[in-house]
Amino acid sequence: MKNIRWGSLKIIIMHIVLILGGIAMILPFVWMFVTSIKPSTEVLSWPPSFIPKSPTWENYRTVLREAPFGRYFLNTLLVSTISALSILFTSSLSGFIFAKYKFPGRSVLFLVLLATAMIPLECYMISLYLLINRFGWINTYQGVVAPILVMAFGVFFMRQNILSVPNELLDAARIDGCSEWRIYTTIILPLSRSALGALAIFAYMQAWSFFIWPLIVINERDLYTMELGLTMFQKRFTVDYGLISAGSMIAVLPILVIFLILRRNIIEGITLTGLKG
Amino acid sequence: MNKKRSRLNNFYLFCYIGLLPTVLLYFIFRIIPIVDTFRLSFYSWSVLGVGNKFIGLENYFKLFSDKLFITSLVNTTLFAILVVSFSVAISLALAIMLNNKRMERFSPIYELIYFLPVVTPMVPVAVMWKWIYDPQYGLLNYFLSLFGISPKAWLVYPELALYAIVIMSVWKIVGYYMMIFLVGLKNISKEYYEAALIDGAVGWQVFRYITLPLLRPIVLYVLVVATIQAFNVFTQVYVMTSDIQGAPGRLVRVLVYDIYENGFRYFKMGYASAEAVILLLIVLVLTVFEFRVMGKED
Repeated sequence: MKNIRWGSLKIIIMHIVLILGGIAMILPFVWMFVTSIKPSTEVLSWPPSFIPKSPTWENYRTVLREAPFGRYFLNTLLVSTISALSILFTSSLSGFIFAKYKFPGRSVLFLVLLATAMIPLECYMISLYLLINRFGWINTYQGVVAPILVMAFGVFFMRQNILSVPNELLDAARIDGCSEWRIYTTIILPLSRSALGALAIFAYMQAWSFFIWPLIVINERDLYTMELGLTMFQKRFTVDYGLISAGSMIAVLPILVIFLILRRNIIEGITLTGLKG
Repeated sequence: MNKKRSRLNNFYLFCYIGLLPTVLLYFIFRIIPIVDTFRLSFYSWSVLGVGNKFIGLENYFKLFSDKLFITSLVNTTLFAILVVSFSVAISLALAIMLNNKRMERFSPIYELIYFLPVVTPMVPVAVMWKWIYDPQYGLLNYFLSLFGISPKAWLVYPELALYAIVIMSVWKIVGYYMMIFLVGLKNISKEYYEAALIDGAVGWQVFRYITLPLLRPIVLYVLVVATIQAFNVFTQVYVMTSDIQGAPGRLVRVLVYDIYENGFRYFKMGYASAEAVILLLIVLVLTVFEFRVMGKED
């Protein structure tokens, strides 16, 4: 009897802790939205009001007039789509080859991949910049996307998944006269659909929050990504928090909508890719 | 025999052609720049290519008498220690709570909420936290004032600003590690717990002798990944502190910020490369550490 009561009490305490933490997770978003619909006089009032007295969309109108956020959005969409497609293709094909074939040089290549997988872009961005500069790719889309076309973790992740495809299946296809490429397109790709989905989400998220590299290679406003555009915007309107909040809302909203629609896939995709990669 | 041979050649051909795009992209945009960073670090180098010359270890000698570099190294290390220990401890506690059998029904909604900051890109998040930390009208100071605590200029004083950025970074990442730990906890077979229960183990003992040892590989993995990430902190520092009081980045100077400024504001590319090599060595030590430990586990 005593045990049951203690058990229930424990659950209640857990809920209280989790709910308080949950409020801390959501509150900044709510506060950003509330600020974004306040007129500038109300933004700087003390004590701060949680329900705007005279809500207005004016901040949003000003933001869209002052900065081409639509353009930033499309730029980011383009860069992240190219990055994701390239990562999906290279990771699945080389993951397949590393999982199912033995060839001279295999272990050396794999070791190089493994040893350098952890090294972040920040460690080599200077020489990469000089290289991209020599290509004449400063202020171009290809310059932004170049460092995120392959992902070592993606290769490991796909290899891990493809290892579980039975070899008998591949051999049967070979007996039927399938070429290796056909095996890749008709057996491997369909069988790794869910892994590819997870990887795609991971790749999109990586590209979407890409920051320091675009900051370095892009200085033309028309080529800004969302992250870069918002940064420059907030530098221009440092003190006008109504406007900045509206800009942030515009940057966050598409992602929140997609997250709420695909929530399970996204949570699992990101967690599993991070874990298995 | 001949037929078998051609089949084998075919195999090899497919392997090499198939790997070509990956290997090519990986070498051009990753391996070569990594190697080149080491080379550059021995040069006095500028973008314009005027006066580039080999100077041996001079950049490295200069680094260790460079006050700003030392400050950034200390700041970044402190930042990493704080963020990693807090985020790992909190996320582990959250994961253990969610793993409770009677939480199962509510778990998805909590997961969704705690994952919200994880999927949101860093810049808008940093922007809203900057507003929350505002010294005059910020939400945080308002809450503190309810408890009679006087307002603080969070992002203005270096010591305070570092902690402010730590809090915000922990807030951002906790949900991610929580999910990773939760996956790990779900993979622990129920039999272990049943056996422990039969042996009369209670709460803390179960955690100490069953959960933690079985979760060890994942905890180690998260520790290493989190530390590497923390050493590369940049975006939130750049957005939150670089324009305050017109003293760009002087406040919370971190390693990557220092590299960025030396490389791309002062165009001291060789010098910045030497700094990048230091960062790279830190990452490599952590990677090797992980391999060693993981190797033992297997």
